[in-house]
Amino acid sequence: MEKRAFQKIYCKLTNITKATITLEAEGVGYKELAYVDGRAAQVVKMIGSKVTLQVFSGTDGLSTDSEVVFTGEQPMLKVSEHLSGRFFNAYGKPIDGLPEITGEERPIESPSVNPVRRVQPNQLIATGVAGIDLNNTLVSGQKIPFFADPDQPYNQIMAMIALRAKVDKIILGGMGLTWDDYLFFKNSFEQDHGLSKIIGFINTTEDSPVERLLIPDMALTAAEYFATEKNEKVLVLLTDMTQYCNSLSIVSNRMDQIPSKDSMPGSLYSDLARLYEKAVQFPDGGNITILAVTTLSGSDITHAIPDNTGYITEGQLFLRKSTDVNKVIIDPFRSLSRLKQLVIGKTTREDHPQVMNAAIRLYADAANSRTKMENGFDLTDYDKRVLRFSEDYSRDILAVDVNLEVDEMLDTTWDLFQRNLTKDEVGIKQEFVDRFWKKD
Amino acid sequence: MSNTEHKNKGIVTSIIANLVMVKCDGAIQQNGICYFIDGDKKIMGEVIKTVGDIAYVQVFESTTGFKVGMEVEFTGHMLEVALGPGIVTKNFDGLQNDLDKMTGVFLQRGESTFALEDDKKWPFKPLAKPGDKVAAGDWLADVDESGVPHKTMVPFKFKGEYTVVDIAAEGEYTVLEDIATLEDADGKKHKVQMMQKWPVKLPIQVHVEKERPSKLFETGVRVIDTMNPILEGGTGFIPGPFGSGKTVLQHAISKQAAADIVIIAACGERANEVVEIFTEFPELDDPRTGKKLMERTCIIANTSNMPVAAREASVYTAMTIGEYYRAMGLRTILLADSTSRWAQALREMSNRLEELPGPDAYPMDLSAVISNYYSRAGRTTLRNGEKGSVTFIGTVSPAGGNLLEPVTESTKKVARCFFALSQQRADSKRYPAIDPMESYSKYFEYPEFEKYAKENIGDTWVDVVSDLKNSLIQGKEIYEQINILGDDGVPVTYHETFWKSELIDFVILQQDAFDKIDCNTPLERQKYMVELVSKLIATEFTFDNFEDVSAYFKRIIYTLRQMNYSQFKSDEFKKFERELNELVNERKVEE
Repeated sequence: MEKRAFQKIYCKLTNITKATITLEAEGVGYKELAYVDGRAAQVVKMIGSKVTLQVFSGTDGLSTDSEVVFTGEQPMLKVSEHLSGRFFNAYGKPIDGLPEITGEERPIESPSVNPVRRVQPNQLIATGVAGIDLNNTLVSGQKIPFFADPDQPYNQIMAMIALRAKVDKIILGGMGLTWDDYLFFKNSFEQDHGLSKIIGFINTTEDSPVERLLIPDMALTAAEYFATEKNEKVLVLLTDMTQYCNSLSIVSNRMDQIPSKDSMPGSLYSDLARLYEKAVQFPDGGNITILAVTTLSGSDITHAIPDNTGYITEGQLFLRKSTDVNKVIIDPFRSLSRLKQLVIGKTTREDHPQVMNAAIRLYADAANSRTKMENGFDLTDYDKRVLRFSEDYSRDILAVDVNLEVDEMLDTTWDLFQRNLTKDEVGIKQEFVDRFWKKD
Repeated sequence: MSNTEHKNKGIVTSIIANLVMVKCDGAIQQNGICYFIDGDKKIMGEVIKTVGDIAYVQVFESTTGFKVGMEVEFTGHMLEVALGPGIVTKNFDGLQNDLDKMTGVFLQRGESTFALEDDKKWPFKPLAKPGDKVAAGDWLADVDESGVPHKTMVPFKFKGEYTVVDIAAEGEYTVLEDIATLEDADGKKHKVQMMQKWPVKLPIQVHVEKERPSKLFETGVRVIDTMNPILEGGTGFIPGPFGSGKTVLQHAISKQAAADIVIIAACGERANEVVEIFTEFPELDDPRTGKKLMERTCIIANTSNMPVAAREASVYTAMTIGEYYRAMGLRTILLADSTSRWAQALREMSNRLEELPGPDAYPMDLSAVISNYYSRAGRTTLRNGEKGSVTFIGTVSPAGGNLLEPVTESTKKVARCFFALSQQRADSKRYPAIDPMESYSKYFEYPEFEKYAKENIGDTWVDVVSDLKNSLIQGKEIYEQINILGDDGVPVTYHETFWKSELIDFVILQQDAFDKIDCNTPLERQKYMVELVSKLIATEFTFDNFEDVSAYFKRIIYTLRQMNYSQFKSDEFKKFERELNELVNERKVEE
């Protein structure tokens, strides 16, 4: 690694743990980047002259006489237009076989945006998926994760949404991606865009888990560059944030911190908020939207990771297999986009909010009717009709492979209402019923 | 007050995230404020623990780049806020920096701004005159704070009795100009300005009495005002899993509440939610003054990505501002979203201090800290007989939606109203998702409230509402029986009872926060609808079978909901009411 002239080299480590080393050093700044035998490391604790460093790639093979050089700087990323179309590792070094890029060096820990300078998000990002556009509308400047079980096709759906979304840049932060998934992303992006608007920061399962901690910061620093300097619309994909959190808990454990819920560090909420809150609509038109994945274990959303995430992000999306139609749908009950109110019925058609709510209420009624049916009770006429509605709705609207414009989704839903139900049962405001309920 | 002439100094010895240890050359004050000299920047911190000559300091900003050996200056005072005209309409961070005065899109480290306006002149009209005997909190002058009847008071830090020596004539002054001279018992003279400072962690106590709440505090939300009323000077909390509509409900209350001053503490929550307030409030008309809502609102925004230590301070900053306006005889509502984030800030610091953890790794004194904070709310009588109040509603974000976690449990012990948001109601889009069974208002049983309701709402109000609550419970019980026995396993009258409870749910409990009319229901209208619904509940209907029951009640509910969406007593409203009467006559049992 690059060593600068006249730099002091330390070569007496006093402590080595699996993730950290400690040595006596002077004039060191908190969070400064250092190299230990060429491995990147960062200052995490200073007690008097005792400095503790977290070694990103692990401490295997280091010895008490390993050479330590401090750079005097925080971790940096070189940013410029040349980032486009390239794939990098956690340190911002190319992994696509092409040469290093040139550009301005920026610290990857940037200050937060002054909340009064933020602009209220107001642009719809159309994805063609009704489970999102109709029921849980995605808005630029929003942050929203998929809560998915490991066996669900979240990476495929995320890639599909990213490619359909109308944005200027897509930045992929891959944490603990399998090599196969990395190639999947790379190939599907390549086929669609020739990579021109894609940037990847990738840590695969082959790399050290602690390195993952750098990935979101790298991806978001690049995103901030394009959103503020070029006023571009940037979509950041972070997969999988659960792996990121696991790395946080490894480091805090090595530093002897008292764990809170689910052996996660007590600062998990603030750590995640710092990243997710980078999603923003800037006053000059640029914006950063974050679409993340949090994998669950056994669909448990009370676990500390999804729980803290849910309190930070503006909603969450759940995938589910709908057994009536044998298709993957975006679960209308548990999914939520908190920012949808800013666009639905405003940039979309006026009847959007009411149609959305009525359909979901009827879908919930259908779930009750189904329970009744499964328990062997007789179904009323309404039960039967609402069940029919829910099946149509799953197949024609919710299935993720359906690709429609928002107005088409609304029209289709009105058709389904009319085919199966009465006006009273649908319960929408009279003025919309007058406009959209087709006269016999 | 400590001597501020000589400033103690210190040197940084250790750094662990935002906890920094400082070796100090003099006395160390607990909760004292100090500054770290980082090049040309000064970074603020607060002493939270002392061991020998080492002060443990929580730093209010990022410590990146801090070095061992850095210089530290101690100020000799605790964290203070500036109180004076100009607070309303402001957007502060947790340390009362005026966010609008900060330059640039990003918050720069070490940047601090004056909370008030140093050059703005405020219309000032003296109330006191030379020779008057005054004490802390007594009103010296009226100040017109863009429509808010602001008072300049004897500084809260003054102890004992003072005599007014002179006071400025009616005119316009800035907050820093001397406007009065007061003489203490020892004959020492003190200059007084419109602005005074107060340490946020100490309650402002200039009232003679704190009373038991009795007056309804109107929010325009039916399920609160009618079913679980909160009173002026009362406390309430809203726990709810994420996605259950907590924030929407809080915004509705802040927009509609019958308060003179609205203080919103966005404590460790999403920045876009604060932006929503920033964007909407200046646009919203205030139905009570005809001006914009923002002109009686103050926002303390310490969003989740802003420094954790300042998050802890933000709730205290907000409460102190509330107490300041209360001392002027005003009604303030303070909304804090969310107190769990505040508790988490306490946890992070306790963790770094390596204190022995309590439940869920929270500090052991969490419960005491929370009850202490809630106790600062209340309706008070001032020395001049006027009354002011701080009504406090906090949200709690229970981890995993589990209401048995420490923050919810500690809050439940002190808050008198509990607005439980239920995931199940949220899932079926029954908003606001306040669970009618789980929620309660202890005030509903206060004899003081019963008396107030009799005199101001209606003779039988408390009984009518109790009956509605009872119908809801009956409906729920029957719903469970139907689920077990099946629709035709129970008598038809059971279905009728169940649907009557659904009627209450759909018409009274549910409210569309995004509809221009339905979002805010004044008490008069609530009373009208409650009486209408009560009459329907008491009416006997006749049905042949259970399918008729649901079909019929759906039509009734539909009509009543159309009434909710219409302007009160408009032609449209009356048209739906006539339709309702026709519907009722179809199946009513004639006596």
